[in-house]
Amino acid sequence: MDLVIEGVSHQYGTLDVLDDIRLTVSEGEIVSLIGPSGCGKSTLLSIMGGILKPSAGGVFVDGAMPPQSLNPFTYVFQDFALLPWASVENNIALVLEHHRLSAEERRARVDDVLARTSLSEFRHAYPRQLSGGMRQRVGIARALVVSPAILLMDEPLSALDAQTRELLMEDFLALWLRERMTAVWVTHNLSEALRLADRVVVLSRRPGRIREEVAVAMPQAERGTPEAQLELARLHDQLWGLIKEEAQVAEREVLHD
Amino acid sequence: MTDQTLDTRRAEAGGDAAETRRQPVPFRAGGFISKPKRWASWLAFVCIIAVWELAGQTGLVSPVYLPKPSDVIGAFVYLFETGNIWRHLSDSGFRLLIGWSLGTVCGLVLGFAVGIWSIARAVGVPVVSALFPIPKIALLPLLILWFGIGEGSKVATIAFGVFFPTVIATFSGVDGVPRNLIRMAQSFDVPGYKIIWKVVLPGTLPAILAGFRITTSIALILLVAAEMIGARYGIGAFILTAGNLYQTDQLLAGVVMLSILGLIFAQGIGWLERRMLAWR
Repeated sequence: MDLVIEGVSHQYGTLDVLDDIRLTVSEGEIVSLIGPSGCGKSTLLSIMGGILKPSAGGVFVDGAMPPQSLNPFTYVFQDFALLPWASVENNIALVLEHHRLSAEERRARVDDVLARTSLSEFRHAYPRQLSGGMRQRVGIARALVVSPAILLMDEPLSALDAQTRELLMEDFLALWLRERMTAVWVTHNLSEALRLADRVVVLSRRPGRIREEVAVAMPQAERGTPEAQLELARLHDQLWGLIKEEAQVAEREVLHD
Repeated sequence: MTDQTLDTRRAEAGGDAAETRRQPVPFRAGGFISKPKRWASWLAFVCIIAVWELAGQTGLVSPVYLPKPSDVIGAFVYLFETGNIWRHLSDSGFRLLIGWSLGTVCGLVLGFAVGIWSIARAVGVPVVSALFPIPKIALLPLLILWFGIGEGSKVATIAFGVFFPTVIATFSGVDGVPRNLIRMAQSFDVPGYKIIWKVVLPGTLPAILAGFRITTSIALILLVAAEMIGARYGIGAFILTAGNLYQTDQLLAGVVMLSILGLIFAQGIGWLERRMLAWR
């Protein structure tokens, strides 16, 4: 199942945020969206998953939805979006309650994602009792429990400290190598994008337009090797060259807003 | 900074560098932090009662203006002996229970409606804003006209007084529920009724319970006011009668009853908060 974005533009009031975005995310592909602050990356992600109506254009699905998927477009949020009054288990179970599943099946799905995200022993804990990294694990477990066709990840590591980010990144890589999923990963971190993505889409500053698409033609499993570092450093420089100037202008714009 | 400069500075500070002793860095961040001192609260309470009692005993203050604490205790003993205290408390309790519950239930329903539906907000907010500031005691004569001099007008006064703050606390609470939680639930296609039940309602509870603290106090104020018209029993009626007869010890006994009721409500709400908001 491919996700096709056709001519999407968006305005907040009189402010043009996105302009004529055309992009296809193919099945099994990890696409990273990068760009300067305020370029509309998160807005585009919201439009992709149908939680924001674009001012123009549309988002389409090409191909059949996977039958096992309970929620085809599933988000992982930057701020985790966990219910503070619900335990880890109940936060995950919330998104299954309205599906026609038997109690055993529901329980089995929750147990499975808790195990896959190493959260089994924290199932009764409340979000306030968990570290930022563990909270994001709950966010990921909640997304996985519905067997998503496409994962839409809105800067999932931005709210975390550097060490936790590194640990979670390793978990993501392991997850992807184990069970290949289609994903769109919004980030402002070039290294993150280069470690995970098959393709990096660079957006210009506001109004966001697709400036360039850079393919990372290297299997994720090999990106940690010393040989790969040279090529990744070259791509990093290329991407930074594309966004540096605009990021500087965007920063001044944000400061003056 | 060079060693030479350091030595010069040390010499200027009053000694040779080799003789300077190692000293701990002084702690400078004391105070400005509230520490629990329960004994001070109790001591102050006992002191006030003792001074008050002493002022009465020595004749410094006339018992007509301010009866001694021992006289107030005596008035309580009398109330228990005659059994009248139960009649006053049960009548007031009934009015409070019905009036507060009625105002709270209606307030919660309208508060949630205003918080969730745009039409209800457009209609409800101006009406509530216009009626909320009216002192409800001013409506008492009108309520007597509508519901009669009996229980109806008393219960309605309390219900009216409780209703508006409950509406405001509830819809402010709904507004305070983080939108990202609602968007999250919507992104998983969680149905609207379940979002209200599982996301909006628990998120609004802190504001609702904070509202209860205010509305129970308002209910007590309005209870006394309502019972001062056309009531034979009830704490308000008891206080009014005692005042008319210059039985200030009885009057203060009534005031103490109100204070105890207020404390019981506050404790009850505190208990509810500990149980229902344990996740905080």
